[in-house]
This record gives sequence, structure tokens and C-alpha cells, in this order.
Amino acid sequence: MKSAKTLAVAGLLSATFAMPAAHAGATLDAVKAKGFVQCGVSTPFPGFANTNEKGEWSGLDVDVCRAVAAAVFGDATKVKYTPLTAKERFTALQSGEIDMLSRNSTWTLTRDSGMGMNFAGVNYYDGQGFMVTKKLGVDSAKKLDGASVCIQAGTTTELNLADYFRANNMKYEPITFEKSDETVKAFEAGRCDVLTSDQSQLYSLRILMSDPESAVVLPEVISKEPLGPVVRNGDDDWFKIVRWSLYAMIEAEDLGLDSTNIDEKIKGESPDIKRFAGAAEGDDKNLPLDKKWSYNVVKQVGNYSESFERNVGQGSPLKIARGLNALWKNGGLQYSPPFR
Amino acid sequence: MATKNAPPAIETNLAPAKPPFWNDPEKRALLFQILLVVGIFVFFAYIFSNTLYNLEKRGINTGFGFLSSPAGFGIAQTLIPYTEADSFATTFVVGLLNTLLVAVLGIFLATILGFTIGIARLSKNWLVSRIAMTYIEIFRNIPLLLQILFWYRAIVPMLPGPRQSQALGDTVFLNNRGLFLPKPIGEPGFGWTLIAFAVAVLGVFLLKRWARLRQENTGQQFPVFWTSVGLLIGLPGLVFLLTGSPLTWELPALKGFNFQGGISIIPELGALLLALTIYTAAFIAEIVRSGIQSVYKGQTEAAAALGLRPNRALQLVIIPQAMRVIIPQLTSQYLNLTKNSSLGVAIGYPDLVAVFAGTALNQSGQAVEIIFMTMLVYLVISLVISGLMNWYNQRMALVER
Repeated sequence: MKSAKTLAVAGLLSATFAMPAAHAGATLDAVKAKGFVQCGVSTPFPGFANTNEKGEWSGLDVDVCRAVAAAVFGDATKVKYTPLTAKERFTALQSGEIDMLSRNSTWTLTRDSGMGMNFAGVNYYDGQGFMVTKKLGVDSAKKLDGASVCIQAGTTTELNLADYFRANNMKYEPITFEKSDETVKAFEAGRCDVLTSDQSQLYSLRILMSDPESAVVLPEVISKEPLGPVVRNGDDDWFKIVRWSLYAMIEAEDLGLDSTNIDEKIKGESPDIKRFAGAAEGDDKNLPLDKKWSYNVVKQVGNYSESFERNVGQGSPLKIARGLNALWKNGGLQYSPPFR
Repeated sequence: MATKNAPPAIETNLAPAKPPFWNDPEKRALLFQILLVVGIFVFFAYIFSNTLYNLEKRGINTGFGFLSSPAGFGIAQTLIPYTEADSFATTFVVGLLNTLLVAVLGIFLATILGFTIGIARLSKNWLVSRIAMTYIEIFRNIPLLLQILFWYRAIVPMLPGPRQSQALGDTVFLNNRGLFLPKPIGEPGFGWTLIAFAVAVLGVFLLKRWARLRQENTGQQFPVFWTSVGLLIGLPGLVFLLTGSPLTWELPALKGFNFQGGISIIPELGALLLALTIYTAAFIAEIVRSGIQSVYKGQTEAAAALGLRPNRALQLVIIPQAMRVIIPQLTSQYLNLTKNSSLGVAIGYPDLVAVFAGTALNQSGQAVEIIFMTMLVYLVISLVISGLMNWYNQRMALVER
């Protein structure tokens, strides 16, 4: 809590004293001057943002930060991470404490329009679900009338939950915690019957439990949760850098490029690939970056598929299927506008 | 050039000349004060306008208009009727009432426990005094946040699930969803019992005055305490029976996942209240001990010499004098307890900080306004408590005759 308050006060102070706002490109200049991207991520959340025993961050959200660093500096390691709770995250971004936020945040109208922020894209299409203990014997969310529900504060899930129970004319008791691991502890202690969050989080939190087999995720998905990176309003250059760094990963998968074959493939004849990687003669610099920026993203971070499988898919303990996050041509929603 | 003529001019002009205003200490002080006030005003005006300017520049909504828009989220414990369709202003009130609830209950319980332990600390009984000392030293020296987490994490997992509740008859149930008590529901005619109780309270007040006057005039004492107890229980009880016992109890009953009906006390409230009470009582105990020990021993001896028994001496001589030392420090503890209640966010207690400065802040994104309102609330609560305690302190102050 303390940090949330401090952040809010810091936000207040920065709004108070900061010199009138930045010109376009100011964030990029500031990032280049300090030599790293300050990226807001989750308090450890396996698969999306987590640290290993050496303190190195990895995860699907972390890869977006690394892609931006690769695009800006040609070096994906030039990132500093700020772990934030759901409550703290937007204030940290608004106050300028971080340059970008990549913290499984749902893109909504209110957040995009009234809070001084811009969502730069979607790196994971999610939906809210419910997890219950097996011994409760519940097989549908419609049977949860009167249940106690553990939930994380300051999330869209709080609102979806309220809407869902209201729409189905059911009652519930919300037990609201600051951090997602506190919700799991309370769920394990039997304080609540149900744990609700985005489904990806439920799978991730489930492996944090001492006995993951005792819990089951219910089939209902009650909301749309497009999760993506966020930047502050008013700096279009930076906004586009973050947006296209993410698209570069998706487009690379679309073009069949990955970190292992890109060196070879750009020597080939495909104009799409050459244009994408900035390898052709006369490629103009569209973004205020090195013209090999997208090559650096793919070479150092990998394409979207590599990032997905490594962090949350078959190469990870979570084993989440691509589902909605497959490429558009494979029946999913991930789609990048053309690189031309 | 003029230096030649200057010395004689000084000698001749010794009459007190009016000094320029910057050499006049009084006027100078006034000038500086005006400058300071203007400076402070300009500083805050600058901060205010600059904040508004920057917020607007960043495209962040400002103003208090958000208070009337629907909040859309649920709250576990609401003392007033609340649904998700209510406004952010309502969540503010709900959070505020939850804060006040835990603060008032905490102050009440901590005072009772603190006075008991404080007096036990001075007991001549070795064991009692050592137990009190151990209590004080343990709970005063462990950070409050840890104590809150301890009680929460220690108690909730130990309690059974709703279907295996600990039950006291068919009326009181305890499980990991909370403590469930029967709820009294007054039927028509119950109002008379309440009126009778009010009359009894008034009667006690008058009786006390009458007894004091009589003792001053005649020296005769009257058993005020037992008469008051009789009056307070007897009169409402009699009226209650005469009007035909118009009161029913709504019993909690297991329905679906949990108990419905009755009064429920959620474990978060229980753990927070327990931790706040135990922690603050340790400080209050020390304050009570120091207050009593600050009364000079001669007072006890003088009271004994006048023939007062130890209990009466404590009540009439020692405590009134000790209170002058105790009250100001007690005020600080009450303020601490109220502000410490905001630590309840750690265990998900839906107080003002969790509900309004937490969820509502995040959902509306208006950090400046919400943090400002929250700080203002704590300031006002604190000022009210210290105002009340100062008033009480003045009443208890030593009247010199």
C-alpha cells in the first residue's frame, strides 16, 4: 500500500511541478540520454513477467519491453524494470516514472481516453474466467450464487465480475487484495470459493499453488480482455516506436522469420522480408530509429511465436494454447499492418 | 567632499529623527509578514494552476465530476445499502464508514484492555504484574503490519469452511467466511422499549446529581451504581415485557456457499480489529501506568489518613489526578489507531484507503482529487478526535480553588 500511496503522491507532485509538457519525441530523447528503457511490469507473474534466480526478467510482457529496447538501442538488454501492482501501474505511467507499461493491462475506452494514456497494441487476447477448488463440485460459473470471490484491486476484472453477477441475478462477496499472489493465498486458505482473473493469470496463479491439481478453471469466459503495452499521451513518436516494435514481432512470424533464420532469409530474394528487415537498398527511415531496428527486434527477442511458446506456451509450465493469439491466417486475432 | 561638514551636523542634530521604515523593527516585521503571506499565497496559486495545466496537457480528466458516475465494483462490507450501480461518491461514504467502524470499535476495546493491563502492571501480585509486563513488551515492539498479517494468516486458515462451521446452538456460527450472529429485528411497539431506555439514562443522570447534592448537604451516601444498573435494565425490560416482547431474531442460515441473514463479521474486520486493539492497548497500558505513578505518593497516604479505603482512594484521589497526565497521551494513541487502520488494505479490509484511494482511484484514474479527498478525511477525523479529547481534558483539568 505504502508504495501505491507514494506513487500517487509522486504523481501529484510531478503533475504539480513538472514543466509544461513534452514535445513529440521527448520520451525517445530522454530514453536515449539515460541509456535504457524504464518499463513497468507485473509484480512477479509467471509467463508474463517473472525473474529467474539471477534476477533476470523474462515473460511475454517483458519481451515487449525488450523489443522496444532492441529497436531503440539495438540491444534488448537495455531495459530497467519497475514491478507494479495493478493499482500503482497507471499512476506510475502518468507521473513519468516509467517510459512504458507492459503489464497485462486491458485496453478499454476509459483508460484510452480519459487517463492520459494510449494503448499501443495487443500482445495477448485474454478473457476473464473463474477458478474453483475441485471439491466444491461446481462445473459452471452460473452456479456461483452467494460465493465469496477473491480478486485483485484496481482491475477491469472487478468491474466484469460485478456486471456478470448482476446480469445473472446472483450475489457474491468480493474479497479484494492488492497483489495477485495474495489472492491465491486467500484462495488456498479457503477464504473464498472462487478466484477470478484473466484466464491466462488463472493458469499462471494455479501453478503457484501448493497443490495445483486441487483447483480447476471453469469453462466460462465472461469478458474481452485485450492486453497490451501502454504509453503516455502526447508523444506520438514514442507511441509509434512501441506499437511497431510489437508489430515487428508479429509480422516476423507472419513472414516466417525468427531469431535463428533471419540472417539467412534476408539474403534471399523476397522483397517483403528485405523491406521488413531494412536490408534493401534505399529503404527510408520511417521511424526515428536505426533502419535495422526491426531486424534487431527479431534477432534479439524473436518473433511473436517464439516469445509466446517460450513464455506461456508449450515451452513453459503454463502450456497455454495459442487460441485467440494465433496469427490471423491460422484462425487467431494476431495481425500486423503491413511493413511498407 | 561633504565629509568635512558632516561631523558637526551629527552633533547638532541629536533630536530623535524619524528613522526610515526599514530601520524600524516594528514596521520591518510587518513588512516581512506581509511579504511571507503574499509569497505563500503565490506559491500555492502557482502549484494549483500548474497542476491543472499539466493534467489537462496530458489529457487526464480533472474535477470532481467523476463522483457522480457509477462505480461498478462490489464491496465486501457495506454499512449502508450499496450496489455496483451506485456512484463513486457512495463508495467514498462506504469506505469512510468502514474506516470509522474499525476506528471506533478499536478505540473502545483498546481503552478497556489498555486500562486493565495498565492497572494490572501496577498490581502487587508478582505474577499479574509480570504477565502485564510481558504483554506490553511483546506487542509494543512488533510492527503493527506484521501483527495484522499474523492474525489474518494465523486465524483464517485455521477456521473451518462454511459447511463445517463451529456452531453455538443454532444461532452463532464461526467459519472462514466470518462470524455470524443473529440480528435483532424490532417489530411495531419496540420503539417504546427504546424510549424507556432513554428515560432510564436521563433518570440515572438526575439520580447522580441528586445523590451528589445530598452528600454535599447531609454527608449521607446513596448507592448510585447499583440503583443505576437496576434502572437501566429494569425499566426498559419492564416496558419490553408489557408491550408483549416485540422483538424477533433473524438467524443466520447456511444457503448455498455461505450463511445468509443475521449479522456477519468478516474475518478481515476481525483480524484488523484484533491487531489494532492489542497493539494500541500495549501503549495505553504504559500511559496508564505512568499516569498513576506520576501522582505523588503523599496523595495516597493523605487519602488513607482521611480514612478512605484503597478502592475509594484510587477512584476519588489518584485517578482524577492521573487523568491529567493520561488524557493528552491517550489522544495521540487514538489518532494513531485511526490512522493505522489504513493498514487494513494489506489484508483486504475494505476501508477508505482500499475502496476509495485504491479501487476507485484506479477505475477513475483521478489520483490527485482522490488522494486529496482521502488525506482531507483523515485530517478531519484526527482534528475531531483531538478536539473532543481536548474538551474532555479541560473538564478533567485540576480546578484550583
